[in-house]
Amino acid sequence: MIKHAVFEKNSILLTVGILIVVAIGGIVELAPLFYLESTIEEVEGMRPYTPLELAGRDIYVREGCYNCHSQMVRPLRDEAERYGHYSLAAESMYDHPFQWGSKRTGPDLARVGGRYSDEWHVAHMVNPRAVVPESIMPGYPFLATTALDTSDIVDHLKANQIVGVPYSDEMIASAAADLAAQVDPDSDDLDAMMARYPKAQARDFDGNPAMISELDALVAYMQMLGTLVDFGTYKAEGENLR
Amino acid sequence: MSEKKIDEVSGMETTGHDWDGIGELNSPLPRWWVWTYYLTILWAIGYWIAMPAWPLVSDYTRGMLGYSQRAQLSDQIAAVKAGQAELIARTAKASVADIKGNAELLEFALAGGRSAYAVNCVQCHGSGASGASGYPNLNDDDWLWGGTVEQIQATIQYGIRSEHDETRANEMPAFGRDEILNPQQVDEVSDYVMALSQNPDLAKTLPGKALYKEYCVDCHGAGGMGNQELGAPKLSDGIWLHEGGKPVVVDVITNSRSGMMPAWVNRLDAVTVKQLAVYVHSLGGGK
Repeated sequence: MIKHAVFEKNSILLTVGILIVVAIGGIVELAPLFYLESTIEEVEGMRPYTPLELAGRDIYVREGCYNCHSQMVRPLRDEAERYGHYSLAAESMYDHPFQWGSKRTGPDLARVGGRYSDEWHVAHMVNPRAVVPESIMPGYPFLATTALDTSDIVDHLKANQIVGVPYSDEMIASAAADLAAQVDPDSDDLDAMMARYPKAQARDFDGNPAMISELDALVAYMQMLGTLVDFGTYKAEGENLR
Repeated sequence: MSEKKIDEVSGMETTGHDWDGIGELNSPLPRWWVWTYYLTILWAIGYWIAMPAWPLVSDYTRGMLGYSQRAQLSDQIAAVKAGQAELIARTAKASVADIKGNAELLEFALAGGRSAYAVNCVQCHGSGASGASGYPNLNDDDWLWGGTVEQIQATIQYGIRSEHDETRANEMPAFGRDEILNPQQVDEVSDYVMALSQNPDLAKTLPGKALYKEYCVDCHGAGGMGNQELGAPKLSDGIWLHEGGKPVVVDVITNSRSGMMPAWVNRLDAVTVKQLAVYVHSLGGGK
């Protein structure tokens, strides 16, 4: 039996010992999540974000939306009745980092897509009180007047590809064209974009065709949230009940 | 372990550890505390057996109680649905007018309508149903497309300018943008429209009256009384869908504005739509 005085009188040895003990706890809790079938379930419908949605997501992260909004509908009755079907792990599979959040000052946004009109989002972002009198959310009027920086969109896709998002080389090559096509329903590139990103919504999201604004990207991202998974084919039973 | 040593001053046993000549008294934890600690370990073992716990190679231990949060959720929702089944079935068969005439169904519809409203309608019409600029107030009796409970039901079902084939829709011309009226004429009509609610006597004398008669009266009616069949707003009541006074009126006449309400017939079931119609009708302005 090792005398603990040995550890207590040798700080390096104590550090190594602590590391080993903590690592066991970490491995038992974390490692299974990477291989257990039930935590890496795949569902129909998930696809990588379009370049415009990805740019909108970056704005979502930049503005710290996750500080007040979660993206995680828990399997509890009041949440399912209010927000819709509980979130699946697979719905965050292309999020780096995920936006689950930990606090709801505002409502959960995991299923916000399609719940509001684009016009509502535009009015709400400029001044939340215009449409929700009791809201305490700050306004983000500058998003509508700031042009979206699209110069580095290819790099954003590449970075996501490196961490495992299945962007094809074709998607990366046409990222800039796809981004522009999604805000211009008359674009010639639209069909190609829709083929690459099924279920993508293409229109001028912020109601200002003169410019691709940051608001275009953010609204495109939010209108997509929670709409990708086809719950018609998702079986909430058997293996998936947990 | 070190040999037992007794501290000379206190007479208590020490732990035997010696830190630069300083010893440590061996004063054990209270017995109740130690036993509580052992109990928590026992509890944990029981918990492992009863509840989902340990990860295995390709699965995890499910636990003897078969607990599943997702199953619990679907059970809860099924139980609620079963409890409401009879009322839902009766609501499904009843017309909205029947529902209003039956105290039990009415109570059920108002409760269900309120919660469906809070989930689906507050976004635009506001949590107090007072609307916002561009989004109609549902508390007043100024209806764009009619305020009977059946008309409200149809509006909810098919929406306004929605993608549904039976949607309610109209299109006001952009008189200024499409150069039907010049800016001077737009200004005159705007003055007339503003005066309709603010000073009807003055309105009769304004130059915009003739233009109104030519271009606006077919939809908005004589004296701005509106036409709910066409969804043409009443202009004489001082209630504005798009708030902001004359500058906004000028903009609407120049560029036209058209709001959009989704069709809910494919998103909500028929019972919920009926409940919503009855609820909205009950808010104060129902005809």
